Amino acid sequence: MTELFFELLGYSFFSNALLASLFTSINCGIIGTYIVSRRLVFISGGITHASFGGIGIGYFAGFNPIASAAVFAVLSALGIEFLSKKADVREDSLIGIFWSFGMALGIIFVFITPGYAPNLMGYLFGSLLTVTHTDIVMMIALTAIVSGFFIVFYKVILFISFDQEYAITHNAPVQIINYLLISLVAVTIVLSIKVAGIILVISLLTIPQTIANLFTRDYKKIMIYSSLIAFFGTIAGLMLSYNYNIPSGASIIMSLVLAFIIAKLFSILVSGIRVKRQLYLQNKNYQL
Amino acid sequence: MGKILEIKDLSAGYNQEIILKDINIVVNENDFIGIIGPNGGGKTTLLKVILGLIRPYRGSVSFTNGSLKRPSNMIGYLPQINQTDSKFPISVVDVVLSGLMSKEGMFSRYSGKQKKHAENLLDRLGIYHLRKKTIGELSGGQLQRVYLCRAIVSSPQLLMLDEPNTFVDTRFETDFFEILKDLNNEMAIIVVSHDVGTICWYVKTIACVNRNLHYHPSNIITQEQLASYNCPIQIITHGDIPHTVLETHRH
Repeated sequence: MTELFFELLGYSFFSNALLASLFTSINCGIIGTYIVSRRLVFISGGITHASFGGIGIGYFAGFNPIASAAVFAVLSALGIEFLSKKADVREDSLIGIFWSFGMALGIIFVFITPGYAPNLMGYLFGSLLTVTHTDIVMMIALTAIVSGFFIVFYKVILFISFDQEYAITHNAPVQIINYLLISLVAVTIVLSIKVAGIILVISLLTIPQTIANLFTRDYKKIMIYSSLIAFFGTIAGLMLSYNYNIPSGASIIMSLVLAFIIAKLFSILVSGIRVKRQLYLQNKNYQL
Repeated sequence: MGKILEIKDLSAGYNQEIILKDINIVVNENDFIGIIGPNGGGKTTLLKVILGLIRPYRGSVSFTNGSLKRPSNMIGYLPQINQTDSKFPISVVDVVLSGLMSKEGMFSRYSGKQKKHAENLLDRLGIYHLRKKTIGELSGGQLQRVYLCRAIVSSPQLLMLDEPNTFVDTRFETDFFEILKDLNNEMAIIVVSHDVGTICWYVKTIACVNRNLHYHPSNIITQEQLASYNCPIQIITHGDIPHTVLETHRH
């Protein structure tokens, strides 16, 4: 496996894939922690699928599908956030509407685009090995924005996510921060589509965070650990993808889920030992 | 004594339904007001209007200098406990420090002095040893104390508590109200409760909220007075400490 790794490093498609994995992992590690802690997994799933509408429009009109997907995803995210507050429609119902609307729009546009839609499978299931230079530049820019935003606003983000009402009573800029964050969620999702695909990208935003949360309950540490876990999971998936010629999205999720199962079993074992030891010590004290 | 809050001809509610009507009340420095009333009578709504979480349909809430804009740090608020996500990955100390949010601006880090102050408060409420725990590891009563620390860490002019005794055990309840009495030297307090008996022991004045508000400028209230305030609450004396039962309320 290591030999294969170094052999592959010689190819530019592979080093591109590595860079894409690295920056996507950082983006998803940070944004995913926000998503998981605020229980925004469902809205994130909605935004992800809605972005397919943007991809369809991109195909049809001949722009870069990722760029039009980003615009479409941000607008969907803001739309869900805004309408659920102002239009008195339940948020989860709205998410369902945007989710299917975006997919439907995407299907229609892909269908009416003359000729065969190349790489469509790549957008749905991820194709890490076809990442371009432009993709990587966009990912790096996003990493700079996301990490900068979280460093500068860390305290505010943490407090607003924890208790919005309380933040409002202290006149904190809750609305603006929420809109900015949900936009960052949307952009992060779209720029991760190349890695895991629309259907599977939610895994990069939830599985590493859930694994990290088994070992720490500190917000900052969850961000750091889940970035690392996402990176190693992506690399492992990348090797599997190359070796067995399967879509990278699926192989990445396979390795992350496997990591989750191992981590969960490990944490059950550790906490079991801890409880036994405490019981043993108490028993010993009692006898003394 | 200075006026710190004045509510004038206020009507408010949710979803186009008016819950509070024609409310008038003035809160002065060092007031200790107990708000009582039946469930659904609008106690929490009143708190939320004061906090700026609900915009009133009519009337106004004005602050210290007659301004309608609520100063960021003048009110400390203890919400009902089930309103926050107890699985959120945040430590006790961070929750307490979040009470300083606006005073400290959005970006700056906390000074050692502020951290010390937060730790002193935790110590005062007997939960210093829990400071590094995540809130998910605490019991309901412990969490309530953490939220009390958050509410008072900025030394607000007004402390508002929504059903603080729901999760506090009887042993701590006395301590809890003693702490409030102590705090009352530094700030005005409004406490919402449907447990009239316990709060009457500590508050200075009582406001009955049942769609309307009746202000009772004393902490001794009789069944007849409650009835005249249209407040369907019953006081049953139970040893030294009066105990209350809510009657079903029909309009």
